[in-house]
Amino acid sequence: MNDRSGQPLHPLLADPALLRARLRPAAGRHRRERLFYLLCLTVAGSAGLILVLLFGTITIMGLTTLSWQFLTAPPSPSAADSGMYPAIMGSIWVVILAMLAALPLGTASAVLLEEYRPRSAWIRNALHVIELNITNLAGVPSVVYGILGLTVFVYMFPLFDGSGKPVVEWGVRYYDQFYNEADTVLLVPASSLDAPPVVPTTGLQAYDANYRPVTLRVIGPDDPWPEDPERARVTLRSTDMGGRISEKSWYYFCLPFGRGVLAGALTLALVILPTIIIAAREALRAVPDSLREGSFALGATRWQTIRRVTLPAALPGIMTGSILAMSRAIGEAAPLIMISGIVFLSNPPRHLMDDFTVMPLQIFNWAQRPQADFHLLAASGIIVLLVILLVFNSIALFIRQRYQKPLS
Amino acid sequence: MSEMLETPFNAGASATGATSPVSSEPVPSSVPAVRVADFNAWYGEKQALKNIRLDIPACRVTALIGPSGCGKSTLLRWINRMNDTIPGARAEGLLEVHGSDVFAPDSDVVELRRRVGIVFQKPNPFPKSIFENVAFGARLHLKLSRSEMNGLVEWALKRAALWDEVKDRLHHSALSLSGGQQQRLCIARAIAVGPEVLLMDEPCSALDPKSTAAIEDLIWDLSEQYTIVIVTHNMQQASRVSDITAFMYLGELLEVGETERVFQNPAHPQTRDYITGRFG
Repeated sequence: MNDRSGQPLHPLLADPALLRARLRPAAGRHRRERLFYLLCLTVAGSAGLILVLLFGTITIMGLTTLSWQFLTAPPSPSAADSGMYPAIMGSIWVVILAMLAALPLGTASAVLLEEYRPRSAWIRNALHVIELNITNLAGVPSVVYGILGLTVFVYMFPLFDGSGKPVVEWGVRYYDQFYNEADTVLLVPASSLDAPPVVPTTGLQAYDANYRPVTLRVIGPDDPWPEDPERARVTLRSTDMGGRISEKSWYYFCLPFGRGVLAGALTLALVILPTIIIAAREALRAVPDSLREGSFALGATRWQTIRRVTLPAALPGIMTGSILAMSRAIGEAAPLIMISGIVFLSNPPRHLMDDFTVMPLQIFNWAQRPQADFHLLAASGIIVLLVILLVFNSIALFIRQRYQKPLS
Repeated sequence: MSEMLETPFNAGASATGATSPVSSEPVPSSVPAVRVADFNAWYGEKQALKNIRLDIPACRVTALIGPSGCGKSTLLRWINRMNDTIPGARAEGLLEVHGSDVFAPDSDVVELRRRVGIVFQKPNPFPKSIFENVAFGARLHLKLSRSEMNGLVEWALKRAALWDEVKDRLHHSALSLSGGQQQRLCIARAIAVGPEVLLMDEPCSALDPKSTAAIEDLIWDLSEQYTIVIVTHNMQQASRVSDITAFMYLGELLEVGETERVFQNPAHPQTRDYITGRFG
């Protein structure tokens, strides 16, 4: 052992009396401690109070008009008959589709940025540019995404002519609809929406109102109408004019997307993508490197490590991020005004390209009506919106809880 | 080893159990399991290893000792290329495991790490069940039926002297185990993929004396079948568990020899100062 160096104490610390004279008074320190605690309590309390006031007003206003009919009826010009069924279904469609698009995309982007550290300087620089972009995109006003969605998804400009009309279609059939003198409906297949009108001829394959195949009989304008009702049912006069109708199946799909659910959902996916990427990156960064090393040490490839170790460990964090993103998506109105803009719709979406509206748009529309009755409807709409939001969040929380495991 | 369990690795191996469980023919003791020659390594501009020349014999325990920053962990982590993931880390020179060049262009790092397992300083079990931790590596490399997998996990846990403590709670979280048990679990996990060489990077430095003794017994027992390289700061540990001791100082290998000889009659003054505790 070395000899001790024999250095003296600092003069202030050497004399206990001197030290005590310079001590900060304890009472003052405790008072400030209490004051700061009270300040925190006040701020947190007022936030809670505002929330309670908000919920209280909305509940008092909205509960009177909240009914089963409100949940299941379409909107109507009369406030008493109005409901928001199409808007509820529209919101559910849009949010689920947006999450289906944004969650895998956002997680994959986060994995690329966090887990793959390419050695090539070129790729690293490219990734830096992407990182910068993501941070910036998180701050872009959502209405701007609406314009982006309009161009990219609705019109798919410049891939198509920019009119937004379907150019390529699947899952749709076109008919010319005829009413004959016996008042039965006859549908004659047509090739497309813009094809020239079908000229009915005898022997042509057609369908009745229930899409059962029938064979047409065509008679001249002055020929006598057949007596037999079975024959009359399939008879047209050569001068009869039909109208073009379309029959779209549940898997109807077209390019460009047009102002449908899919375009709206993808636009919302863009809005929430930065939030999801940032949350997923944070979650991946929180996974200790020792777990990755442990996996590599057993001979796992990078993908095996991501798939079996890193992603499962980061899942709770990713779910938290997507809860926030989902909450934002379901309350978002601005970008969807650009895409849909419809507030008066009597049917929920039936396929990915169908017209849609969402709850915030419906609420906004009711709130700006001059009649006070509609304002109550808006309050009811807000209650429904909040409840659906809570349901979605609980599902995400449930998933998070199920996979939550302590990390080493 | 008192009993040999039938596992996918020793099914065809000789009954003596003296050879590494994977290779089908016994490795002649004259051929080193790991050969290092003219080996240099850098972190960025800083040279961490200088002209290392070291032959590590098969089925023996080799201890790497030396003061902090001398490069012993760096050398250890190059043997199965764990340093690949560290940005700026590079190495050149000869490094062979059972005659195959670790840095050859056709060398598969995934297969290398299966043959050369590593156990870290801090136990790092996955946040999964005890069973899943041991099965993890096996699932990466092998296609096994459920019963084969059960057998393999049982064998690995028995071999790592952990079976009796965990056999009733195989499906509990591995994080519920004590530090020493977690470290033995990490060893079980490593041997379940059938390695030939086991690297241990200060495996006991985070453990209490009792757990340390358990791990040391295990290391000694495992050296019957595995080539073991252990980095340690603990002189007593090096003298207790190792057959060969290599002393490193400032990135250079100053002395290698039979442990007994190195500790009783060190050839190099630096070695003598270090093992007698004059610095370190």
